[in-house]
Amino acid sequence: MPSATVNPTRMELTRLKGRLKTAVRGHKLLKDKRDELMKQFLEIVRKNRELRAKVEKGLEEANAAFTVASAVMSPEMLEQALLYPKQSVELDMQLKNIMSVDVPVYSFHTKNEDPSEIYPYGFAQTSGELDTALDALNRVFRDMLELAEVEKTMQLLAEDIEKTRRRVNALEYVMIPNFQQNIRYITMKLDENERGNITRLMKVKDMVLQDAHDFK
Amino acid sequence: MYKIAVLGDRDSVLGFKALGLDVCFADVAETGRRELHRLAKENYAIVYITEQLARNMQDDIALYKDSVTPAVILIPGKGGSLGLGAAALQSSVERAVGADIG
Repeated sequence: MPSATVNPTRMELTRLKGRLKTAVRGHKLLKDKRDELMKQFLEIVRKNRELRAKVEKGLEEANAAFTVASAVMSPEMLEQALLYPKQSVELDMQLKNIMSVDVPVYSFHTKNEDPSEIYPYGFAQTSGELDTALDALNRVFRDMLELAEVEKTMQLLAEDIEKTRRRVNALEYVMIPNFQQNIRYITMKLDENERGNITRLMKVKDMVLQDAHDFK
Repeated sequence: MYKIAVLGDRDSVLGFKALGLDVCFADVAETGRRELHRLAKENYAIVYITEQLARNMQDDIALYKDSVTPAVILIPGKGGSLGLGAAALQSSVERAVGADIG
């Protein structure tokens, strides 16, 4: 159904044709964008699954060791041992552009480079299980950071894909058919007017000829 | 320069302190919610939350899904994994594809 507000004029027709052309071009571009985003997205989802499994496994190990440590040591001692960390982490974030979606890229540096320097306590008052737990945590940390990056990227991409998908669908199923219908309506109306005009002219010509004939 | 925080119950997150991360304790969703919003306002780029805590504050976590910082990442606490992290991944896929592709 062409909308009731459309004016069957030549100017409107030219305008609509221009808009249709833009819409078709935009549709093609957005569709390409969606496909490429999707490709990247699925790759990241796969990576995310792997990393998550790895991190969850690593953390479970660390937690198990930590539980044992907290069973051996009193809670006060445990807290005291961990109260002042030797290590500190500084995180740097850059933005990477994937198909005009800004995603974070993290890089971090630790204050102490030596991996054996993570224990913020003397060895006299703590149990060996605590060392095991911290070691396990330290090992899983790098993966955790990567997981954060990948997971955030995935969330941001998912949002943008959703948006793009909606736009593509709106163009494909609403805007473009609407324009086409309106253009058809205007063309028909203009043609009909043209035909009406021709018939009228023929009729007038006949009448004029008749008059001239009779006059003779 | 950005910071990293770990949010969860005392026993689950205490160990992260030794790694140099900032640790916040929260045992119930109410505290967790307040802490999360506070961390988001400050200069934290990544916030790790234990699944046990995150279970009751999904709405608050969803708030930060579409912004670049902070990245709120679920990790299993001392009670083991609840599968929430995997479920969140699944829902992101669903959101992007528009259908469950398994």
